[in-house]
Amino acid sequence: MAFDLSVAQALIDRKRDTPGATLPILHDLQEHFGYIDAAAIPLIADALNISRAETLGVVSFYHDFRRAPVDGHALKLCRAESCQSMGCEDLVSHLELRHGIKVDDGDNPSGLHVETVYCLGNCALSPAALLDGAPVARLDRDRIDAIVAAAQGKVQ
Amino acid sequence: MSARVFISSDSSALSVGADLVADAIRDEARRRGLDIELVRTGSRGLFWLEPLVEVETAAGRVGYGPIVAGETAQLFDADFLGGGAHSKALGRVDDIPYLAKQQRLIFARCGLTDPLSLDDYRRHGGLGGLERALALGPKTTIDEVLASGLRGRGGAGFPTGIKWRTTAGVEADQKYVVCNADEGDSGTFADRMLMEGDPFLLIEGMAIAGVSVGATKGCVYIRSEYPHAFATFQRAIERARAGGLLGASVLGSGKAFDLEARLGAGAYICGEETSLLESLEGKRGQIRVKPPLPAISGLFGKPTVINNVLSFASTPWILEHGAKAYAAYGVGRSLGSQPFQLAGNIRYGGLVELAFGATLRELVEGFGGGTHTGRPIRAIQVGGPLGAYLPDSLLDTPLDYESMAAAGGMLGHGGVVVFDDSVDMARQARFAMEFCAKESCGKCTPCRIGSIRGVETVDKIIAGQDRPKNVQLLRDLCEVMTDGSLCALGGLAPMPVLSALNHFSEDFAKAPTRVAAE
Repeated sequence: MAFDLSVAQALIDRKRDTPGATLPILHDLQEHFGYIDAAAIPLIADALNISRAETLGVVSFYHDFRRAPVDGHALKLCRAESCQSMGCEDLVSHLELRHGIKVDDGDNPSGLHVETVYCLGNCALSPAALLDGAPVARLDRDRIDAIVAAAQGKVQ
Repeated sequence: MSARVFISSDSSALSVGADLVADAIRDEARRRGLDIELVRTGSRGLFWLEPLVEVETAAGRVGYGPIVAGETAQLFDADFLGGGAHSKALGRVDDIPYLAKQQRLIFARCGLTDPLSLDDYRRHGGLGGLERALALGPKTTIDEVLASGLRGRGGAGFPTGIKWRTTAGVEADQKYVVCNADEGDSGTFADRMLMEGDPFLLIEGMAIAGVSVGATKGCVYIRSEYPHAFATFQRAIERARAGGLLGASVLGSGKAFDLEARLGAGAYICGEETSLLESLEGKRGQIRVKPPLPAISGLFGKPTVINNVLSFASTPWILEHGAKAYAAYGVGRSLGSQPFQLAGNIRYGGLVELAFGATLRELVEGFGGGTHTGRPIRAIQVGGPLGAYLPDSLLDTPLDYESMAAAGGMLGHGGVVVFDDSVDMARQARFAMEFCAKESCGKCTPCRIGSIRGVETVDKIIAGQDRPKNVQLLRDLCEVMTDGSLCALGGLAPMPVLSALNHFSEDFAKAPTRVAAE
């Protein structure tokens, strides 16, 4: 959804009186717009009576908050130790070599945006990921191929 | 009476198709004109069997698994609703040795009940602990927790009762109870399973803490990587409020306690308690210098009890059965039970709750059945990304706080990640430093800069550059980080590095390879 100042302001106003409201507000904005638009920073700062620098500092500290929108499907691929022990790094190179998809690359034209996460708590079924928020596990090259094909609208 | 079928809605079960199986069973029953009641439960924690389908029979609950959606017609043909024979039949689930050999105190109910039914929770023994705590009064309740020997299950192992007593003893207009559900360690999922599978237990434990220390507000900080746990837990809070477990008068006691769930934002450091408090206050998750302890000056500067999910979830059992009964489990100063999590390259991965003192071998070979790939076990990382890599020669180490420390490791949150012989331990050491660099909050130099220098130094060793000199440099750096970091991230990141160097030195002496720049 395109960024809209009045919608952003309404979302901010809804939680501005919550103690420690910064993260809840940022989550709401990101859920609505898919990212935190730079124009939202002064609105948050003003509502919470903190400086713009502090607000931006919070946005940049947390890995979750995106500063620009991403298109297409999102695969959050776990690359922590448990998934390493089951070959997640092989999937990372497979994504790049076979599909030309670089993990954590903002400018990915493939329709599938792959992000690194560290642990999804699905470690007994590694390698694990979240595909558009839905848990998937026991990933291998074939499953990755199917996920890429589906994201690109191809039927396998 | 309609047949009762149980399928987990735990996110691990969902990741292998539990929803598809549930839908297929519902559809097939409708097609056949059979009346079934399908209950979505938490997971039993036997993840290689998920999606696990359980059916209530005269002999108890029998299981079938792992089931794929395409098999459901077959299951009906085999009369699974009557416990009929099938190639995936497992018999009575409680008799599966993996489950039967456990000592489940915290996870006794997980997988049995509808996680969001307070009635189900009561029917399966819930709320007995809180009722007894309300009858005993705050001082005796805290004494029970102290006497049980319960230590913080988040990893640090600090006595829970001492935290509670400290906060109880401070006068303040507002106190808080905060639950650290930022379970970031790779190889751990017990907190997630509990929040998805038996959330009222955590609510009960936090309510016990609240009424004992005089806190009226509580907050659960759940990591954003756990969207299902967050959603389930929020719904559980609403139902607990509606059922009188939370609110102005907890179970009619006249004592107020209410809860809120907050979502993290992908920062590992927020599992450190003071970073977590900063994050709850809306700031960057930078750690605080201690003292003051959170028990005296925590959330918004108010006295705050902050414990891990499993610490709170242990207290209802302790209150209901008494400190003595709890302390009968475990060894030495590690009393009670620990939910271990078998993960990584393991044949039978899952949740194994045992009294402290079982050996790593019993866990990894006895329960886990060796590696998933079938290759030999080479290394086991216990206690998350800051825990030591142990070689198979240390498999007989008992799993308790003191024995693990003596073996140069730590128990942490009970995560056990197995690697087979294809692992390159120099790469694992590099990753430990890289992870620390990525997740450092930046407050102290040994962690922020040391971890980056650590990555560079391991790269030089892998590349074969001045190896003896760089190995010594890496050891010196680890010493500085251990002694000079403000919190456990920089302070413990050297543990996996040094354990890799000490136990797997051959991996640091291989023919040089170029490390790809990242």
